[in-house]
Amino acid sequence: MATAYTLPDISPTAVKNTASLVRIVALALISGAAIASRLFAVINFESIIHEFDPWFNYRATKVLASQGFYEFWNWFDPTAWYPLGRVVGGTVYPGLMATSGVIYNVLHKLNLPVDIRNICVLLAPGFSALTAWATYMFTKEMKDASAGLLAAAFIGITPGYISRSVAGSYDNEAIAIFLLMFTFFLWIKAVKLGSALYGSLAALFYFYMVAAWGGYAFITNMIPVHALTLMLMGRYSSRLYVAYCSWYAIGTLSSMQVPFVGFQPVRTSEHMGALGVFGLLQIVAFAQLARAHMSSKQFKDLLFYSVIGIGLIGAGGFVGLTYMGWIAPWTGRFYSLWDTGYAKKYIPIIASVSEHQPTAWPSFFMDLQLLIFLFPAGVILCFRELRDEHVFVIIYALVGSYFAGVMVRLMLTLTPCVCVSAAVAFSSLLDTYLDPAKPEVPVVEETAPATASKPAATATATGTSAIDDVVNAAKKSGKRGIFDLDTRLIIVFNAFCMLSFFVLHCTWVTSNAYSSPSVVLASQNQDGSQHIIDDFREAYYWLRQNTPETSVVMSWWDYGYQIAGMADRPTLVDNNTWNNTHIATVGKAMASTEEVAYPILRKHDVEYVLVIFGGLIGYSGDDINKFLWMVRISQGVWPDEIQEPNYFTPQGEYRVDDRASATMKNSLMYKMSYYRFAELFGGSKQAMDRVRNQRLPTVSPTLDYLDEAFTSENWIVRIYQVKKEDPLGRDLKSANAFTDGKKRKRSKPVSRRRAIM
Amino acid sequence: MAPKSTSSKATTVSPSSNPVLALWKSYNEQTPDRLRFIDAFLVFLMLTGVIQFVYCVLVTNFPFNAFLAGFSSTVGQFVLTASLRSQVDPENKNEFKEVSPERAFADFAFGSIVLHFFVFNFLG
Repeated sequence: MATAYTLPDISPTAVKNTASLVRIVALALISGAAIASRLFAVINFESIIHEFDPWFNYRATKVLASQGFYEFWNWFDPTAWYPLGRVVGGTVYPGLMATSGVIYNVLHKLNLPVDIRNICVLLAPGFSALTAWATYMFTKEMKDASAGLLAAAFIGITPGYISRSVAGSYDNEAIAIFLLMFTFFLWIKAVKLGSALYGSLAALFYFYMVAAWGGYAFITNMIPVHALTLMLMGRYSSRLYVAYCSWYAIGTLSSMQVPFVGFQPVRTSEHMGALGVFGLLQIVAFAQLARAHMSSKQFKDLLFYSVIGIGLIGAGGFVGLTYMGWIAPWTGRFYSLWDTGYAKKYIPIIASVSEHQPTAWPSFFMDLQLLIFLFPAGVILCFRELRDEHVFVIIYALVGSYFAGVMVRLMLTLTPCVCVSAAVAFSSLLDTYLDPAKPEVPVVEETAPATASKPAATATATGTSAIDDVVNAAKKSGKRGIFDLDTRLIIVFNAFCMLSFFVLHCTWVTSNAYSSPSVVLASQNQDGSQHIIDDFREAYYWLRQNTPETSVVMSWWDYGYQIAGMADRPTLVDNNTWNNTHIATVGKAMASTEEVAYPILRKHDVEYVLVIFGGLIGYSGDDINKFLWMVRISQGVWPDEIQEPNYFTPQGEYRVDDRASATMKNSLMYKMSYYRFAELFGGSKQAMDRVRNQRLPTVSPTLDYLDEAFTSENWIVRIYQVKKEDPLGRDLKSANAFTDGKKRKRSKPVSRRRAIM
Repeated sequence: MAPKSTSSKATTVSPSSNPVLALWKSYNEQTPDRLRFIDAFLVFLMLTGVIQFVYCVLVTNFPFNAFLAGFSSTVGQFVLTASLRSQVDPENKNEFKEVSPERAFADFAFGSIVLHFFVFNFLG
């Protein structure tokens, strides 16, 4: 057999040993790269927790590390959701905290006294290395070890996954993607072997996943859809029965141990697919068994009367129970994935989160670069060799792409699948062009120039004869041609370049886009040096050190976790948005006039109100830009008192300058944000809001019921103290007017009203 | 369960008017003792599960976690045993190439232990 190049003569065992050594070294290097590329934020700034949600996880982990597991399990947090409190043990996925707690205890047993904060910060990079390994194992089942190594390298550095797992991003996704991939690997292995051991292990890791992330519903539905598709394709086998039943029986029971999940696996629609497929599998298995014992005619009768009957009763049961309300319908969060307009119309709090918007094309390229082009090719290759596990990847690709298109944050679940199928495609390419074997050319083609000139071949000759000529010419010259070394080198070199660009792109995106802690804001000075804006911590630490420990802070829910974590003060609402009315109350207080808001503040014992204002330095994620969501959310609860159109100009514009509507100018949020802002510019017309790019009125709003308590250096965080009632029983507005020396108008009746308590 | 065994078996069965009777007869003739022993256990589990379910529907489901724990222990044990049955069935040799009967039993034991750990944890 002809070869493009000759391989050196090495014994097969030597090749095998070297290959396994290379694999180990490669995996170690990939782990190193995965960890190292996530450390930009720690090296550039410092080792702190980023974002909002991780602050709660960190606080809970601190409780777990200092007080032990049982205290954490029964932890009632009286400082969150101030009057209500929060049962943390029953409203949290404890997997992440438990993982860090275990690591913390193990390290301390080994006399490595690492701070719990550093464990929390570095947990995600550590687990990304495990994700790379799990992806390697998964892809090895799809194709071979070399594709597995490619997939591991891809997922190690792809920005789509890094975005949720940089050092300091201590969120559930940090460990969830590893658990997702490992559960899928065990499931594939269980289906392949028909082993109850792997099924049970898949169930155990599924349990870990349930304890770690709310996205476990993805696994709960992916595995049944895979099983169902295999059955519909006529690929039912006893192996499938063994794998699915051992997974479902143990997995469902174990998932119910997590208090936050509770009885959901038997009572909600999200989990009914798994139960339905479980029932169907029993019927199919029994039918298969009966079939082995009967003639085909009898089997048909039996099938017709009993099996289909049972199936219909089962399906009818589901429908009936759902209508009767015993099985809860889809929750809003999941339902909005199907009906994409649903959240915006009915649940503004879901639509208000920026991660819940649809994904734009550029972000696919930004997060996945060349993988997004290789992804469809890999899926098609899976179709060509359609084994049971390839069906899984195909379904995963379809479902994952749909969800990633609907919601930005679900890009995360698509990324592993993209890496796997891109690795399959890429490694098939390399297999083809690195394999030295040349296909045997049929002898007929040797005479191709002759046949091409014949009239019989002229139909296709114009196109093909030229190629044939080239091929034959190359054949004669020996070392050049389609199957020869030069072509191969071009392709392989090209592939190598693509991979290099991928690495460059990933590093660039990671360092520039995804490695900034949102707690500190960085900006560049004129000379290129870095200027750090640290207003958040400045203000939170002011709260922590200068206020009584029991004083309640009201802010918009985005900052609830950070206030609880950094300032250590009770908050009214936080990022766990479980009580919509409570959030709407805060929204109403922010959106109404002082007179209306004051009783609300007093009723909730609020002592400090915190707003984020970016108008001075152009920080666009401030509360004025979020203000319309506050209005919308409170409008959903009090449609008579708060109306969104009132906050717009008559032309329907959202403005903060002279032309802003009266309701807008009188709202508490507007007054708190722009209080004394014009004076900052000397009362001239120069007061410019750098975010809205609008000139503000020369006279700043006045506050009667609040006192400015603290404003951070760049005016990002402004904290106001709620005044106590006037000792003389006047309302605070007239009391202030009196102090200012303004004469009370005669026509007005004397106001002796107190705020309603 | 493998398709090719189906055709060979089906011919040996004498056609009878009642398919259920035929099934019973053929089952009695062709199933090895080991599998029949497993089947007896399966029937026992099924009866236990039915009794629990009827009790839950007719009387009360009050400690719902206790009902779920008990019921899913029977269901889980049933499917694990059924898995064992199909793994040790000599007719399925081709399907489970890498699972010997001994290995299948070890898997079964492992699965059952894990299952019952969760059952006892959930009984409350």
